[in-house]
Amino acid sequence: MTSRLAASRRSIHVHLPPFQRLVDDHAAELHRFLVASVGVADAEDCLQDTFLSALRAYPRLRYADNLRAWLYTIAQRKATDAVRAYRRHRASDLEGVEDRLVTPPHRTSDDELWSSVRALPPKQRAALVHRFVFDLAYRDVGERMGISEEAARQNVSAGLGRLRKEVER
Amino acid sequence: MTDLEQRLRNAPAAELHRGALGVALAQRAGKASVLDVAYAEIDSPIGELIVFVTPRGLLRVKYADEPIEGVLADVAARVSPRILRAPSRTDETRRQLEGYFGLRRRSFNLPIDWSLVHGFATGVLRQTARIPFGDVRTYGQVAAQAGSPRAARATGNALGSNPIPIVVPCHRVLHADGGLGGYSGGLDRKRYLLALEGSLPDHD
Repeated sequence: MTSRLAASRRSIHVHLPPFQRLVDDHAAELHRFLVASVGVADAEDCLQDTFLSALRAYPRLRYADNLRAWLYTIAQRKATDAVRAYRRHRASDLEGVEDRLVTPPHRTSDDELWSSVRALPPKQRAALVHRFVFDLAYRDVGERMGISEEAARQNVSAGLGRLRKEVER
Repeated sequence: MTDLEQRLRNAPAAELHRGALGVALAQRAGKASVLDVAYAEIDSPIGELIVFVTPRGLLRVKYADEPIEGVLADVAARVSPRILRAPSRTDETRRQLEGYFGLRRRSFNLPIDWSLVHGFATGVLRQTARIPFGDVRTYGQVAAQAGSPRAARATGNALGSNPIPIVVPCHRVLHADGGLGGYSGGLDRKRYLLALEGSLPDHD
């Protein structure tokens, strides 16, 4: 009883900053994360979806000590949804006709690499983006993903392994 | 470092359009009923105002004398942390305030959200909201109308904590001897508003 009361008191006293501050502080880096995760075309929608989901759940949050990791977790989920939707869309295309239409004219040689990144399991994809695009230490990759340093290292290594097979095929 | 790692470091980049993001977020959050408090800055002849609006009505008008962070955190703690800057949601308030300062409007027709007002202050501020443009009352008169004729001092405190100045016209309440009394936004602003309405006491 006492501990339940204490727990409810704690949740009441969680200090949640005004949501606009989360947008101001993290929109740019989340956008960069999403551009690398799903591509430029889908990043903006994913970013809106991320903030909207976060706003929906925000008042019920019990811990506010790592809001950034919380936002990245949501962004990672939205990226995964977008990748799945894109694949479904492609699978329904006739012989990739549609695909050629949406390919930007300034296509770079690394498009292939980034489609392979998109095809990775969500955690590996997110870990690679944090590690290499943001140039973070494993400890910080883990903190942003809400996982241990060791798990971050394993996800990066597994992701690199799969990518190598893909691109060196 | 391997070639693959280097290629990953050269990720494609794109600029984020913050303005467009803000507009889209405010619109989608409003539609989904997950935007509890919208705010925006509004220019006025007595300095920038920050207005806060909820689905129930106008919640707060703040003279922007200090950094906005403090007032945002206060509203987050007292009302809801679901706060976004959303100028489109404050358009009607802006339009009516501009009309008031341009002497095209003598009364406000805006729903009020009284969430930030409690206890004795509720009666005081509701009475104050009924004082017409160009008219003034004394602290004692407002206290009496709020049902506590001897509570002039408590009335002063309630007016000083008015979360919706200008629209709830606490500047129209003066001392019985014609002295201006106090004003949370500073007496220069009280003087300006009274002069605008043609009711500044002669000797002031």
